[in-house]
Amino acid sequence: MNFSEVFKQSNQLCKVSPDGKYLATCVQYRLVVRDVSTLQILQLYTCLDQISHMDWSSDSLFILCAMYKRGLVQVWSLEQPDWHCKIDEGSIGLVSSRWSPDGRHILNTTEFHLRVTVWSLCTKAVSYIKYPKACSKGIDFSRDGCYMALAERRDCKDYVSVFVCDDWHLLRHFETETQDLAGLEWSPNGCVLAVWDSCLEYKVLLYSLDGRLLSTYSAYEWSLGVKSVTWSPSSQFLAIGSYDEKVRILNHITWKKITQFEHPSTINNTKAVSVCKRSSICLITYCQFLLLPAPDEICPLPVQIPVVKPDPDRANPKIGISSLAFSADGRYLATKNDNMASVAWVWDMQKMNLVAVLEHTSAVKCFQWDPKHPRLALCTGNAKLYLWSPAGCVSVQVPAEGGFQVQSLSWHCTGDSLILLGKEQLCLCYMETEQEDK
Amino acid sequence: MGEWWTTVPIESSLGNFDISSISHATMSPSKQNNLLSMYSSLSLSKSSYSVISAFCTEDNIPQCISYINQELASLGLSSTCIEASSPGAAGLNPVPALNATYELLQIHRRTMCSLEELEREQLKKSSTLEHVQMNNSRLKDQLELSIREKSGLHEMERQLQLKIKTLQSCLKTEKDEVQKLQNIIASRASQYSHDAKRKERETAKLKERLSQLLVDRKDKKLAIDVLNCLGRSDGKRSHWKTAKAAASHEGEMYKSLLSDYEASQRSLMLENAELKKVLQQMKKEMIHVLSPRQPSIRGATADDSQEQADSDLEDRAGDSSRGSLDKSCEHAREQLTNSIRQQWRKLRNHMERLDSQASQVQNQLESNKDVISRETHEDEMERMRREVQQCKEFIDAQQQLLQQQLNTSFDDETAALLNDCYTLEEKERLKEEWRLFEEQKRNFERERTNFTEAAIRLGREKKAFEEDRASWLKNQFLNMTPFTDRRRCSSSDGQSALSIRSEPEMRMSSSKVQLPKSSTYTSFSTPKPAPSATVPSTTELYRTLRLIPDPSSTRHSSHGRWHESSTIEDGESQVKAKSRLRCGDLSIFSLGEDENSLT
Repeated sequence: MNFSEVFKQSNQLCKVSPDGKYLATCVQYRLVVRDVSTLQILQLYTCLDQISHMDWSSDSLFILCAMYKRGLVQVWSLEQPDWHCKIDEGSIGLVSSRWSPDGRHILNTTEFHLRVTVWSLCTKAVSYIKYPKACSKGIDFSRDGCYMALAERRDCKDYVSVFVCDDWHLLRHFETETQDLAGLEWSPNGCVLAVWDSCLEYKVLLYSLDGRLLSTYSAYEWSLGVKSVTWSPSSQFLAIGSYDEKVRILNHITWKKITQFEHPSTINNTKAVSVCKRSSICLITYCQFLLLPAPDEICPLPVQIPVVKPDPDRANPKIGISSLAFSADGRYLATKNDNMASVAWVWDMQKMNLVAVLEHTSAVKCFQWDPKHPRLALCTGNAKLYLWSPAGCVSVQVPAEGGFQVQSLSWHCTGDSLILLGKEQLCLCYMETEQEDK
Repeated sequence: MGEWWTTVPIESSLGNFDISSISHATMSPSKQNNLLSMYSSLSLSKSSYSVISAFCTEDNIPQCISYINQELASLGLSSTCIEASSPGAAGLNPVPALNATYELLQIHRRTMCSLEELEREQLKKSSTLEHVQMNNSRLKDQLELSIREKSGLHEMERQLQLKIKTLQSCLKTEKDEVQKLQNIIASRASQYSHDAKRKERETAKLKERLSQLLVDRKDKKLAIDVLNCLGRSDGKRSHWKTAKAAASHEGEMYKSLLSDYEASQRSLMLENAELKKVLQQMKKEMIHVLSPRQPSIRGATADDSQEQADSDLEDRAGDSSRGSLDKSCEHAREQLTNSIRQQWRKLRNHMERLDSQASQVQNQLESNKDVISRETHEDEMERMRREVQQCKEFIDAQQQLLQQQLNTSFDDETAALLNDCYTLEEKERLKEEWRLFEEQKRNFERERTNFTEAAIRLGREKKAFEEDRASWLKNQFLNMTPFTDRRRCSSSDGQSALSIRSEPEMRMSSSKVQLPKSSTYTSFSTPKPAPSATVPSTTELYRTLRLIPDPSSTRHSSHGRWHESSTIEDGESQVKAKSRLRCGDLSIFSLGEDENSLT
């Protein structure tokens, strides 16, 4: 494992282009584009204000920089450095800006969710979509980039509009059977739309692309419900994490529950579970991660996991499954239960059982699966990077000066390197694969 | 009374005294007598005595007699009538008086007896009375206790009932509370939802208004500023929004949906086919498992017809299932599942039967085992007992020895004895060692003979070799002269040292070595003459070949030869012997190896 030198960044804005060649970082009001392999600066753009959001277009040719405070969006071209584009939302304000999947349209959500403005970079045309719902995940594009689902709210009822991204033609518009829609997500094959209600009610609805209701799932009533929803990469499973500290897996044929993963505070009789405690052991760099056995403590069972009791009187109690992530091959599922924040759980989706419990000294900030291999990278806000694979787990000290604290991380699309984001810095971590050795 | 007393001593002062003293000594302790004697001896002024003494006087004897007679008659002693000895005289007729006194005494004794008895009875009665009273009191206590308990229980019950009542009232109030709260919640919820809706409507209105205002104001800032427009990512031009486009979108959507469904259907079909295959295989295996054993299991008596039917069914089922795989129609599937079910049932029955059989067998076995185990157990016990006995004896002996040693540790005799023991032991050990040594010696002897034999063989070989060499040298010498070719040919044909050089190639083609060559070879090089009469087999060939030393050893032998050639023929025998020895060594070794390979 190798680490690059440390670069500056702000607002944790740092993204690798979708083709994996460039690395864009924002430093205050400047946008820096580097070559990923050499880390040399290729382009430097200066925006009008501090950048609050940055994103690559799908073809890796353009970069969008949004300055929400000023209601401004600036777009930069990588091929033509002198090309520029500035979109001003004016006094109506701006809270969110994103690319359309074709990379030629920008969707801006205005303040108060008054509307979604669709700007075309091809024709300078602007179109509005009214009544977008102010919710956590109100817009989702299908994986192939053909369709966009948008949650709407009209007359105190929830609706979903399905647009064709090609020409923003409204394909379907249907009412959903939700009290207060909280989010929607396309299945990876783009044929099923999962819609879930707000946490007050456990309700997950599955709609076909043509707006037919395929199934409704509700595990229980009268208690806080869905907290997170994720599709498996094969669209076979829908994982629903809820406030009752369980993950329920629905299948794609009957849309019924196959199994549920509980997150018990004591782990005892499970057979193949390895509980890794990341106490103080730290691996020196330059090691072969894939071949390594676990140098961390493997605890003997049973293991007691530290549980923080949430305050029941406060809104959004820190309990329940807040994050779910399937590995790229769909074999493993990683979860995090908010009242056991220092623990990440890894489940096997073939055997439908718990594989590993990764206990850390502090709360897990972020975890992400390698897009190519079944390995999980975690960070807990300290100077270490944690990796788990079926072969074992390691923790690596980031060899940066001045206390580099990993707040967030993201994999390069090839899975060869990791981008580690600190508070004001970033650094790249290169995985040495076996092929390279040979 | 003083008169009587005075008269009696006067009448018979001496005799009376005597009589009284005698009566006092010998008479039965009748009360009256006693009293009399006592009174006679004690105080003179006793009123009762004076009354008794007043009963009969000299004057009223007849009255007394009649009175006593009356009394006696009333007592039922009428037969004896006391009469005066003579009317008018003061004497008594003694016989009836004595009879009467006797009767009276008898009566008196009887009454005394009965009195005693009664007293005893009374005592008994009193004791039982006491017991009964005690019992009574105990029972009374118990009663009291139970009454108290009862009252306590009553009290408790009352309290519990009170509690129940309060709890019930509590429950009622709670229920009321819950109801109230529920009502409140419901009303609040409706209120909230209503409010939320109202607020939402308001915000919607506001939003509408805001957007209207913003549109009306013609916000100049709202703008896009692009240097030059970009081409579409797919390189196409943008389309007009037309109905056709919409239709095409619909078509596209349905196409993708359809393809997805098709894919899922295909996967399901595949899965289904796989499952069917598994089912089919299972069925086949079940039939296979069931069919050959059926006759043996069923006892082949009454079930023949059914078996026939079963097999028919199986056949049909097999047909139908095959059909189902082809057609996969409802009916066929049903048949398949039916047949599978039947097979399964059969298998289950079979299994159950087997199970029961197995259990029976096991039971039998167990019973057998029981018998056996008992026997063995007893045997074992016997053996163990014996062992224990032995051990005990051993321990005893040891103890004795120890005791002896302890007692007479300083005793020279025992020390000598002990020493003797040790020496005996030592001797024994030495004997054992001696035996071992002898054996080793014998082994060595054998080996030595082997060696000498080998040496002899080697000597013979050497001799042959020398001869060969001489002949070869001769040939060589002769070859110096013209007609070399012919000579060489002949020499190579003939047995010579050259054949050694052909050894590697011989080994190479060991399996198909020409016979004559090999025979010559064996005869030439083996220390042990090859079985000449028979044709050597491949193994023998191997053996012979192995006997030839390895390349290293050939080098050695060549070395040896070099030595010999360098030295004079009768040169250092030591070297020769060495080489010979080595050869012998090698041959032995290879032989051993060969044996290994053969066995």
